[in-house]
Amino acid sequence: MTQQQTAGGDVRLVGISKTYGSFTAVQPLDLTVPQGSFFALLGASGCGKTTTLRMIAGLEEATTGTVYLGGKDITDLPPYKRPVNTVFQSYALFPHLDITENVAFGLRRRGIKSVKKQVDDMLELVQLGDFARRKPHQLSGGQQQRVAVARALINHPQVLLLDEPLGALDLKLRRQMQLELKRIQTEVGITFVHVTHDQEEAMTMADTVAVMNGGRVEQLGAPADLYENPRTTFVANFLGTSNLIAGEIVSTGEDLVVAAGGGKLTLPRERCSAPTTSGGRLLLGIRPEKISLAHADDADDIAAGCNRVTGRITDSSFIGVSTQYVVESPAGTALQVYEQNIERDSRLTPGAEVVLHWNPAHTFGLDAAQDIDAGATSVEDAE
Amino acid sequence: MPVLRWIRRNLIVIAGLLTLAYMILPNIVVMVFSFNKPNGRFNYAWQRFSLDAWKDPCGVADLCGSLSLSLQIAFWATLGATALGTAVAFALVRYRFRARGAISSLIFLPMAMPEVVMAASLLTLFLNMGAQLGFWTVLIAHLMFCLSFVVTAVKARVMSMDPRLEEAARDLYAGPVQTFVRVTLPIAAPGIAAGALLAFALSFDDFIITNFNAGSTVTFPMFVWGSAQRGTPVQINVIGTAMFIIAVTMVLVGQLIASRRKSNARN
Repeated sequence: MTQQQTAGGDVRLVGISKTYGSFTAVQPLDLTVPQGSFFALLGASGCGKTTTLRMIAGLEEATTGTVYLGGKDITDLPPYKRPVNTVFQSYALFPHLDITENVAFGLRRRGIKSVKKQVDDMLELVQLGDFARRKPHQLSGGQQQRVAVARALINHPQVLLLDEPLGALDLKLRRQMQLELKRIQTEVGITFVHVTHDQEEAMTMADTVAVMNGGRVEQLGAPADLYENPRTTFVANFLGTSNLIAGEIVSTGEDLVVAAGGGKLTLPRERCSAPTTSGGRLLLGIRPEKISLAHADDADDIAAGCNRVTGRITDSSFIGVSTQYVVESPAGTALQVYEQNIERDSRLTPGAEVVLHWNPAHTFGLDAAQDIDAGATSVEDAE
Repeated sequence: MPVLRWIRRNLIVIAGLLTLAYMILPNIVVMVFSFNKPNGRFNYAWQRFSLDAWKDPCGVADLCGSLSLSLQIAFWATLGATALGTAVAFALVRYRFRARGAISSLIFLPMAMPEVVMAASLLTLFLNMGAQLGFWTVLIAHLMFCLSFVVTAVKARVMSMDPRLEEAARDLYAGPVQTFVRVTLPIAAPGIAAGALLAFALSFDDFIITNFNAGSTVTFPMFVWGSAQRGTPVQINVIGTAMFIIAVTMVLVGQLIASRRKSNARN
């Protein structure tokens, strides 16, 4: 561990920004990627995540700011002098070289003569030992992707940069490669910085996720923390789905009581990231899977102290493990509710009057001054 | 009508063979007449089989001298035009600079201009500059028109190249020179080779521009033209046949190597 610490080090970006003419791709940005972590930059296309990655690689010159690697300033080093390697989005395998030579490329450029053993070991790690003499175009997409990873990893970089490495693969293969990459990262212990627009991918693989939007980092944290405690509407909508209900604070204390949709809802004060003055506007957030659905006839059975919203089902879709309902209510026209299919209530069909209820502790509060739909549409754009 | 049906089924093959015959027949005539022993000075009618010309290809005065001169000019013109043209093609595709569009179209001009007009204009230019007509003026002229073809051939290739490959090379510890030699050049090679072959063929073949600007120097096409007035030695056919065979052999060897490499990669 101590040996790794001296060999590697954190990636630290200080005030880094990138402008192209009048367009600002990355706003001045401070970011620290701890050594040995699996770090994801998540955002829709055009949010500046790839530009940030390329500035770490040295393929893009930073307009302002400094890039540190393990305490050393590498801002002005050309890419071939940085102990950092990249897995490119389209893999960028050299078409004129076979797999062995592709993987050996970095070693040979640094004047290492006996590469065979290292190349064989690396191809073994990515399970491509039998393909050493093939050309890239003779391999499938998933295999090419693994060659690209091997070609970068063989150099034992201090940081491995992955630019949407799974974007070109079909869904099933992508899931498989996510686990594969995670396994490799755990095995080699190198810092991975992973750029992706797929929130599920980021949450599955990374220890820390930085959600980027419009050239800024909106929020940074562990996947579960980001999911449970989004601080902006963009994060709430981009990472999974959130029901956001606009309301007005009527009383403050340990719990906030908010008037919304003709009723009162409560949430713990510490889960509110907005100013909590009485009379202030607030956005209440609740994840669809945290809500339970009861038919209006059973409303009396709901435990006291729950947040309740009454409404009518407008749509339901059965997707196996769960059923997804869309509910129209005074609090919001399209509230999403995911019910697990344990015991299905046959009365819960479109048109049925229902009561939505959930534990107030699961509610989070956001500043009402933001666009309520931020990040909600960009997920669809990116897919 | 079984005959008609057979024709209908094999129409594509028949058309293909006829086209091929149309293209190859002149070459076969050249070859066959290289073994002729003509009665007069003109090698236009078949008399009888003979190996005389093949045994003594340089037997006609000045023929081999002109051939050697043509090969030298073609070699240097190819080398120069390929190097310059490759650089121009990369500049035009990879960099944004002022007048890039204009240069891109200007490059086409030598191809579009009627050759005889260009030949006459070049002569005017050389004479006004007081240049001594000969090897150098021919070489300069050849370089000029070969350049257009090389640029066009290489540009097509460079445009289809993924710039990310070079980024990957730089990312993998290759400096600018290493990146060019190890990645850029090998990937652009088919385009560069096509441009070079084209340049060689055009230069070796050229008569009009050469004839205007050669002064008293005589290249192989000029020699053939000159002798056609007085009588055509069989040796011309020998040289033509030899060049044809060399070119075909090179193509076949190239294809053989490529297919072997492919089957090796598969095993």
